[in-house]
Parts: sequence; structure tokens; C-alpha cells
Amino acid sequence: MVLMQYCLNTFPRKVPPRQAWRALKRSFSLSPIDPQERRNTPAVTNFSEDESMIRDATRSWANEQLKPIVRDMDNAGELFPDVLSGLFDCGLMGMEIPEEYGGSGMNFTSACLVVEEIARVDPSVAILVDIQNTLTNNAIRFWGSPELQSKYLPLLAQNTVSSFALSEAGSGSDAFAMRTRATPSPDGSYYTIEGSKLWISNAKEAGVFLLFANVDFEKGYKGVTAFVVDAHSEGVQVGPPEKKLGLRASSTCPVTFDGVKVDAAQVLGEVGQGYKYCINILNEGRIGIAAQQLGIAKGCFDVAMPYLMERKQFGSAIGDFQGMQHQYAQLATEIHAVEVMTYNACRLKESGAPFVKEASMVKLYASQVAEKVASRTIEWLGGIGFTQDLLAEKFYRDCKVGSIYEGTSNIQLQTIAKIIQSDYK
Amino acid sequence: MRILVGVKRVLDYNVRARVNAEKTAVDLSNVKMSLNPFCEIAVEEAVRLKEAKKADEVVAVTIGPKKANETLRSALAMGADRGVHIMTDLRTDYMQLQPLAVAKLLQKVTEKEKADLVLVGKQGIDSDCGQVGPMLAGMLNCAQATYAAKIEPSGDGGLTVERETDSGTETIELTSFPAVVSCDLRLNEPRYANIKSIMMAKKKKVEVLKAEEMGVDLEPMTEVLEVYEPPPRKEGIKVASVDELVDKLRNEAAVIP
Repeated sequence: MVLMQYCLNTFPRKVPPRQAWRALKRSFSLSPIDPQERRNTPAVTNFSEDESMIRDATRSWANEQLKPIVRDMDNAGELFPDVLSGLFDCGLMGMEIPEEYGGSGMNFTSACLVVEEIARVDPSVAILVDIQNTLTNNAIRFWGSPELQSKYLPLLAQNTVSSFALSEAGSGSDAFAMRTRATPSPDGSYYTIEGSKLWISNAKEAGVFLLFANVDFEKGYKGVTAFVVDAHSEGVQVGPPEKKLGLRASSTCPVTFDGVKVDAAQVLGEVGQGYKYCINILNEGRIGIAAQQLGIAKGCFDVAMPYLMERKQFGSAIGDFQGMQHQYAQLATEIHAVEVMTYNACRLKESGAPFVKEASMVKLYASQVAEKVASRTIEWLGGIGFTQDLLAEKFYRDCKVGSIYEGTSNIQLQTIAKIIQSDYK
Repeated sequence: MRILVGVKRVLDYNVRARVNAEKTAVDLSNVKMSLNPFCEIAVEEAVRLKEAKKADEVVAVTIGPKKANETLRSALAMGADRGVHIMTDLRTDYMQLQPLAVAKLLQKVTEKEKADLVLVGKQGIDSDCGQVGPMLAGMLNCAQATYAAKIEPSGDGGLTVERETDSGTETIELTSFPAVVSCDLRLNEPRYANIKSIMMAKKKKVEVLKAEEMGVDLEPMTEVLEVYEPPPRKEGIKVASVDELVDKLRNEAAVIP
């Protein structure tokens, strides 16, 4: 019973031997597996019927409604309003928000699939969808009071864009060195916010900010508190968007809080626990960024491959030259690795297993692969790749921020290293 | 009014059709299949009539293998109330199940469901026959309006249909029901199903029937001898003058006398 032993050793203890045996038998079987049944076998790239339908629906929407205006939005440096209403109408902004709040009631993997499919067409729109779903919506779902949830989740699902207001001029990687102050009123019924945030994505479109401020600098990071702030509150000033290299349609603005009064009921979770919520939610949001970078890499292939098969030089399609074949085969392999890592991290998180190391790894690696693919794609396309006639140059500009935001690559390496160290202590 | 909408699972319109090695049919193994675009337009129209309170129920019907339930689900996600799935493993791209048999099967469903209006796409993008709609109307011995570009309820409970013809627009007043209408491209722009509707569609009722058990002769009327790709476009040539062009059109291409 060598095979049985192999089963017991290969599959985690959780899987009963008989199931493991059946799964193994299936994978060794010579008869083809019915495609419908294929979905039930444990491969991270086998999605459920619901997840596949969502992915396909998002792909159709992105190709039909978004693709025609991608270049225009990039040139104009802004998102067109029809895009936002399309995102909300399709239910893409509230993927994990429960149906009773008007959300789509789906899981984290679906949210990442949506981000990937949109990024494959426009990474600027993808980041907006990613921040909404994986940062703001989930933070409010996890730590918001019932009142905060019933007030904001319907808005976030149906018509309100949100921003994650953490970074400042003086605090990026060193996030908890923030200087934005939240002073409690004498009776504790409200807080007054003073400070300036910088690099805030979606700020121009946002109706809600998830804001991090310190209520007591004496406590250091243990004073950091998360607040849900209405963007139209008196004293909130959204500055003009930065002129960026890439993700140009995504607004990235300074946001000033000048004596903004925020009700104590707007505190997310507990006072002084903001640092914990921030770290935890970014650990997850990281996987969404990886999905975005994965989409970018695939988007580059979508531009390049048809061209490679059509463009002829020296009597043959350049995609048939061995030198080219080796290149795109190698990069496709790395993209596949990123895909497997991304959705594996999703499944780890969904199953309640530890995933912080894997999430850091995939964000780090995905941004590296996206950059490599985007750069190489332009070379494959030759002269035309260097022009605005094709979207390759846009992907090249868009991918660069992948190694910077939501935790720089250096920070990811530190995170991974620390976990490895603790594994071996 | 109950509307029955025919929805067909076909090769996705974005996929490049390839002929199989034996040259007997299009190779459908592992290719993306979706809802026929004209059927999608029919579903959209049915749902709009329901939203305008001119219809009470929209029933989607499909004929196909087990996976055709995804096609039904797309229709349900767009707003159809329930579905009927006629199961068959016969190829529905004309190779095995052909329009006559399809029309007969739909006739059975129309009668069973007591549908007042049947909406179908003008043609399937795989078979391009355009026959089911008119044949079904003939079998039901009822009125028909094909290639509908506009459908509007007329004051007295009937429907005014504008159909597109090669010589212009023809307006037909449908006053007796049931009636069959086939839908053309310019009728409407189908909606995008949102995630919630896609999920809710799973809960909608689908009745499963077996094509072989419906008392209809499913045998094809015509036999397909060969399927081949059109010859690849030959490179064109540049001509130096209009005289040379006329000469080539007359003597080489033989398209003018």
C-alpha cells in the first residue's frame, strides 16, 4: 500500500485518507475528468462556479465598457464618472459586503479575481476597486460597531468611494510616526482632527475616509486610532492630485484635516487599537495588490501575443523565433507562479490559516514580475511598443508603483525575513 | 402575459472558430461558450417588458448538455424568472440537432407553459440559420414578426413591432397571441448582470426535461458532408490605372461583363 502511504504523507491530516485516495486516484486516472467536476479538485487555480462566473462577467464588463476609454482617462488624468457608476451597478465595489447591506455577499477570492480582471484592462480602476474592497470595506466589517456597519456598508456597496488615509509627508514606511492628531473633547463625545495626509488614493472621488490619527502621542503607536470620516465634513480639504508616472487616472492627493470634528461613534473599533487594525488590514490588502500586478502582467501579454503572431520579419512571425519563444515561455511561467501564489494566499486567508508571510511574498514577487513583463513586452513590440498606440507603455508606467505602495518591497523583505526567523527560533 | 425566451449556448463570439482535423465540424473541445448575442437581446427585451409591467413572467428555455445550465443562469441573472433546460448531448450547432427539431421542442414548451409571447434571437451565431422563429410560428399557427428592431406595447394589449428589411422598416401590429418575435441587433443593448443577480440566479427554479422523452423526432433533416475554413485571403495587387482595374475586373476576376 505504497500509494496509500503516499496519500497520507502528501495530503494534510485534515483530509481523511479515503478522500485523499480518491483525489489521488482521480489525478492518476486515464479517463478525462469531466470539466464540471474539475472544479472540485484541490488546485488553487480551480475556482468555484460562482467565482468563475464573476470573473467572466467582470472580464466582459472591463473589455466592453472600460477598454475603449482607458487611454482617454490616462491622458486626462482622471476617472470618468460612467466608470464609477458601472462599478457600483455591477456590484464590484462591495464584493464581500453582506447582501442585507446591498453588497454582493461574496468571498475574498472573488474580490481578488475582480481586481485582477480589471487590472488586466486598467490598473488605475483596479486600485480603486482594490482599496474599497480589501481595505475600507473589510476594516469596517471586521471592527466597526453595528451602527457604523449599518450606516456605511450600504453606502460603500452602492454609491460611495472610500480612501485609506494613513500616509503623511513624514511617515510612509514608518507609518506610526504619523503626526495627525485627534484630540478628544472634554466630555469625550467627539474628536478634533488636525493634520495632513499625503499620497491618498481615490481622494478626489472619495465620500468616506478611513483615517488614522493619534489620540495620545505619549502612548506612541498605541495612541493610533482609526476613524471613519465623511469626506464632506467641515475642515476636510482634498488637495489637487499628484502628477504621476503611472496610474494617472487614479487620483492621489494630499488631504488636510483642519479642525475636523468627528463624533466618538465614528471611531472604528477601540481607541488606541488603530495600529493593530492598520497592520492587519494591510496584511490582507497586500494580496489584492498582488492580484492587480498579476492583472498587469497578463494585460501585457494580451497586448504582445497577438502582435508577435502577426508581425513578420525575415519571412516569419516574430513569435515563432526561438529566441522570442524562450522569452515569453519563461515569463508566462513566472506569471503562472504569481497566479498560484496569489490565489493560494487567498485560500489560506479564507481558511483561517496564517497567511502573512505568503501575502508579503506574493506582493513582493508579483510587483517584480509585473515590472519585468511590462518592460520586456515593450522590447517585443519594438518601435510601436514605445508609442501610445499600444497600451504596453501604459502598463510599463503603471506597474512601477507596485513595488512601492501598500508596503515597499524592502519592507516586504523585512516582514518575510522576520517570520522566517521566528519559524526557526 | 407570459414570455418564453429561447436562449442558445454557442461558441463565444470572441473565439476564433477552428475546424476539427476530420473536417466534419467546428472544434468545440475546451473552447469558451456563451449566450448567443441575439438571444441575449431577446432576454433583455423580455425583461424590459416585464419591468414596464407589460408582462408578468419571463421563462428562459435552452436546449443543450449539462453545461448549458450556465447559459440559463446568465438569462436568469439578467432578470428571467425561471428556466426550462431541455437536456441533450446532441450537438446544437446544426451538426446534429437542427432547426426543425428545435422548433418542435420549443413548440412543446410553448404549449406546456401556455406562453403568450415567444422571443428568440434572429439566428444562432454558430448555425446562422434564422429558421427556428418562423418555423415555430408556423407550427403554432400564430402570428410572427422577425428581425424586430423595436417592440412597443400598443394601446389595446397588442404589440407594435418594427422589423428591419433590406428595403426599409416594416411595421407590424401583433394583435393575437401567442405570437413569435425574433430579435435583431438594434432592438436593445443588453444589461450587464451584476454580481448579486448572478448569485440570486442560482436560486431561481429550473425545470429539467430530456429531449429524447419529449415525443419529438430529433433526427437531422440534412447531413453535413464537410466543414472547412474559407480559403485564406490572397494578397491584393496594386493597379496603375482605372483601365487596368477594369481589365482585371473583367478578365481575371470575371465580376463584370
